Amino acid sequence: MKNILELHDVSMVYGSVTALRNITLSIRQGEWTAIMGSSGSGKTTLMNVVGCMNKPTHGTVILDGEKISRLNAKELTAIRRDRIGLIFQEFHLISYLTAVENVMLAQYYHSMADEEEALQALERVGLGHRAGHLPRQLSGGEQQRLCIARALINHPKLILADEPTGNLDESNQAAVLEIFHKLHDAGSTIIVVTHSPEVAEHAERIVQLEFGRMVRDGAPARPMVA
Amino acid sequence: MFLCMIGRAVTRRKRKFLMTAGTVALGISLATAMLNVMLDVGDKVNQALRTYGANITVEPRGAALLGDLYGIGEGEGVADKFLLEAELPRIKTIFWAFNIVDFTPYLDVQAEAEGIGKVTLLGTWFARRLDIPTGESVDAGIINLKSWWDVQGPWLKDDDADGVMVGGLTADRYNIRIGDRIRVEVEDRTGEKRGTELTVRSLFHSGDKEDGVLLAPLAVVQRLSGLEGRVRRIEVSALTTPENDLARRAAQNPNSLSRHEWEIWYCTAYASAIAFQIEEVLTESRAKPVLQVAASEGAVLQKTSLLMLLLTVLSLACSALAVAGLVTAGVMERSTEIGLLKALGAGDWEIVLLILTETLASALVGGAVGYVAGLGLAQVIGQSVFGAAVSAKGLVIPLVALLVLAVAAGGSLPACRMLLRLRPAEVLHGR
Ligand SMILES: Nc1ncnc2c1ncn2[C@@H]1O[C@H](COP(=O)(O)OP(=O)(O)O)[C@@H](O)[C@H]1O
Ligand SMILES: [Mg+2]
Repeated sequence: MKNILELHDVSMVYGSVTALRNITLSIRQGEWTAIMGSSGSGKTTLMNVVGCMNKPTHGTVILDGEKISRLNAKELTAIRRDRIGLIFQEFHLISYLTAVENVMLAQYYHSMADEEEALQALERVGLGHRAGHLPRQLSGGEQQRLCIARALINHPKLILADEPTGNLDESNQAAVLEIFHKLHDAGSTIIVVTHSPEVAEHAERIVQLEFGRMVRDGAPARPMVA
Repeated sequence: MFLCMIGRAVTRRKRKFLMTAGTVALGISLATAMLNVMLDVGDKVNQALRTYGANITVEPRGAALLGDLYGIGEGEGVADKFLLEAELPRIKTIFWAFNIVDFTPYLDVQAEAEGIGKVTLLGTWFARRLDIPTGESVDAGIINLKSWWDVQGPWLKDDDADGVMVGGLTADRYNIRIGDRIRVEVEDRTGEKRGTELTVRSLFHSGDKEDGVLLAPLAVVQRLSGLEGRVRRIEVSALTTPENDLARRAAQNPNSLSRHEWEIWYCTAYASAIAFQIEEVLTESRAKPVLQVAASEGAVLQKTSLLMLLLTVLSLACSALAVAGLVTAGVMERSTEIGLLKALGAGDWEIVLLILTETLASALVGGAVGYVAGLGLAQVIGQSVFGAAVSAKGLVIPLVALLVLAVAAGGSLPACRMLLRLRPAEVLHGR
């Protein structure tokens, strides 16, 4: 299958800190990849580069055939809006908008708000009955599912999740992983940053970072279930 | 969706919204009050200042000239020079007619009064309603012009053929009381004596040279002296613009001005320009600004206006600063929200528009409240400072609307600059 994402010799330097060192990586369409590594190893930096939020100081990034490392801020915004769905550890929902409005907001900046479609998206993540609630009236798991619904609403080519289960308990983590499985089965490309080996082993491929370097890339070694 | 966001942001963040609105309301109420006071009470202040007296005097050309050259007083050899009473209404037809607040003519003659001896008998208008050539009618006369005179008893009526008012000095010296009858005789131009008996209706103190005279209606003095239709002097009170260099040059010699300068001067309410225009309409007349008084009237008003303008600008600047603080704090508080909007693909200008609209909405609410409060404040200021009610001027509304816009836009500026610099990568991952 064709590569949706290619990184060639990508480096990111913040002053004296080198957050990414010569990363070369390609990700095929439909692949589910987990990115692991200790805190400060450059996982978020990598996600920001791939998610068109930051430009690398060195190297090229090709997303869906487009060399994004050469684009300006405005063009990056357009790519991010059209091709990428972002899921955050802290959800980042707008506190004064209801669940369905939070989803519609993403539609609005993408093309046009469509309440019907937004409600369907909530339905898919099991939040159909909470459409009119404000974020603070939802549990952590529900907020993350809302965040996922928002990320998916514009049918992104690539879903980027930075520690999506970092703030969730086990049952909510399971619910989120279940949604990822469904998305994967439907053919979505997913990149998940995680600390947790438990979450990582659901992916097809695990990329390990250490001090900004890629130290491992391969299928998860599935432990035998006792 | 945009409006929905704004609506939600406003209703669910009421406190912030009301704080911004309140800040704007404070500034705008002061501005409204000041502007209203400035526009409305300006005239009233000037009216109050008019108590300093007339600021232009008009005399027959020859009399003024001789008087200036040789220090010859009235009635000493220039007695044959007069102005025409019938021409007086023309004063209200000059370019600056509306700035002419009041005027009154005088005719003074030497009289022999029984029990007093030689005394000046001064004729004037008291309160005359004039029909002017433009079809309107105006009031003129000494009652308004000398409003600060201390009068015991009533002012005379213009048609009172045998009443007289006696100046305090003369009254004291000759022990004259209200109700006394005085016989006066005047020698007319042919040397024939005409006399009449007048009743003292009231006494007055002017604090000036009039305190020595007998004051009577102009018509009475004209009849006694055989000078029907004549007056010797006119005092005019006009609202004037403070003199500047141009006005001073014009006062010395209008011919020294260029055509263009002359037009500017002619169309500005300088005392000298008004005097010049009065000369144009009164035959053989010489009008002189009484300079110090004219200058002080205009200058005091200008300084008061300047002070109020300064206060307005200051209060608005303060409220813009406070709004800036509030909006910036709001943007800071919502930085992750704004980062998220950027991450979702919102363009910079879309977010700027969002913040601007929110600020403007609260500024408009605050502006409306402030306007109403300002009207009230204007009344308080008007009553307590100037002792006059202030009417709401329509002109203030668009002005205030503009100011609200300026305060909202100015107040949002720093927040918008911050917002443009904000990078979603940095705020969304808790850095
Ligand atoms: N904007 C930045 N400015 C300076 N240093 C940064 C910035 N972003 C990340 N870093 C540094 O880069 C390294 C990698 O950070 P990050 O990608 O957030 O790690 P992770 O997500 O794996 O915990 C860290 O040492 C961090 O301090
Ligand atoms: Mg991280």
